[in-house]
Amino acid sequence: MLNIALPKGRLGEKVYAMFERAGFECPAIHEENRKLYFENEALDLRYFWVKPSDVAIYVARGAADVGVAGKDILLEYRPDVYELLDLRVGQCRMCVAGPRDFQDDPARTLRVATKFLNIASGYYASLGRDIDVIGLNGSIELAPILGLSDVIVDIVETGVTLRENNLAVLETIVPISARLIANKASFVFHKSRIEEMVRAISREVQT
Amino acid sequence: MTIDTDILNNEEKISFALRSLYHRRGFAPYRMRKFEEYELYMKNKDFLLSPEVITFTDTNGRLMALKPDVTLSIVRAWRPAPDAVQKLYYDENVYRVSEGSGGFREIRQTGVECLGFRDESCIREVLALALESLARISPESRLCVSRLDVVEELIDSLALAGDARNEALRCMGEKNVHELRAVLSAAGAKPGETEKLCRLTLCSAAPKDAVGELAAAGIPEASLTAIERLAADLPEESAGRVSMDFSILGDMRYYNAVAFQGYVRGVPSSVLSGGCYDRLLRRMGKPGRAVGFACYLDKLERLEVSGHA
Repeated sequence: MLNIALPKGRLGEKVYAMFERAGFECPAIHEENRKLYFENEALDLRYFWVKPSDVAIYVARGAADVGVAGKDILLEYRPDVYELLDLRVGQCRMCVAGPRDFQDDPARTLRVATKFLNIASGYYASLGRDIDVIGLNGSIELAPILGLSDVIVDIVETGVTLRENNLAVLETIVPISARLIANKASFVFHKSRIEEMVRAISREVQT
Repeated sequence: MTIDTDILNNEEKISFALRSLYHRRGFAPYRMRKFEEYELYMKNKDFLLSPEVITFTDTNGRLMALKPDVTLSIVRAWRPAPDAVQKLYYDENVYRVSEGSGGFREIRQTGVECLGFRDESCIREVLALALESLARISPESRLCVSRLDVVEELIDSLALAGDARNEALRCMGEKNVHELRAVLSAAGAKPGETEKLCRLTLCSAAPKDAVGELAAAGIPEASLTAIERLAADLPEESAGRVSMDFSILGDMRYYNAVAFQGYVRGVPSSVLSGGCYDRLLRRMGKPGRAVGFACYLDKLERLEVSGHA
């Protein structure tokens, strides 16, 4: 049976619709209940919803053969998986944001608040900029408003939250979208099924 | 003395089976100290699977390290002799940060190293031994083999500047052709050349099928010949258990020619990894060629005991 980990929430539902249209349907997933996994025995498939940031762990450790994870998670945690397809949904940007009139003072260490410690550190290391990374788990936008940080590194989708808090995008680090990933050992043992899945789903990707 | 094999755990059973196999094939056992001077690892940090090393200061003030790797120690200790090939096997614990855990672990590793040869016969022998090792571990196994010279020739022909080469190799290692196309396009590569590298990245087929696929993709004749030669070198009984996969890459400052990884059903990551490391020998001032592999026994703890080891 091929195990597929999808991210809970709106993105996961959008992604499942792509799988369904591509011929990998699982009607049980539409039933209203509290089940955590859903099977289509005829197609030999099992889906399960997991926290978006956990999908890559399920896949890297082989609990799921394939899954859908955001590029932000793949960049932050660098799981040892194959990244087979850009699904072009859940599109947003990893950005540096801060007060609209922010001017970086290179004489001072830049204070950066973020959930994405590795992405932020890697980005500023590539610029040779000394930073103080402040790890937060939510409401990142508050950090520069309250003086906890100078800037933030975070995902920006529409930019509404930033605008409403007098913040603005200062730099775009990398575009983000949902990616189809596969466990490397699963790819070896389920190669034809996974390749067939990639081909079918790639036809559903909006170009 | 009689040993009751029922009391052995999976890891121990497989370790004995592999050591017996290597011994019977004429490889000599190699024992080493648990620690080495840190300098050895500092100079060759990129050769290690994880760069973190446990260090301590010895009573004489020298900075030492609990060994994170076996191959570097073997190469350092090896004294080359004209026309003599050194064939060794080991069963050792190494200390490194394990995949995904973020912390140091003691990892048991069994493997072989073949040093100082000049022709391809030792590569053939080690590939066959890797296949036999996998068969001892599980009835369902696969060996994925890459020719690094084929990858290198195509990448070099693109003359990628700056970070583009490393980025392209990263994408190949992830079978990530959507980003590979973007990297090559930004670097100004011609679409035809980009397509060849993408086809190579996605290739995962039995050696003979791979040659057909890659010939259709316009991969240069010399590269196809190298793959055909490799296919001819594999034991006949390995059919169905070997695939060419060019996403298997090592650091090309150390590795060259052939790289391979072994998988068994039920274990989510490779249980065997190896290849040629002639360039490591050059870096350490030693002549000749070298090839070897390691089996990661810690990954087999939860593998169902099949009784065939």
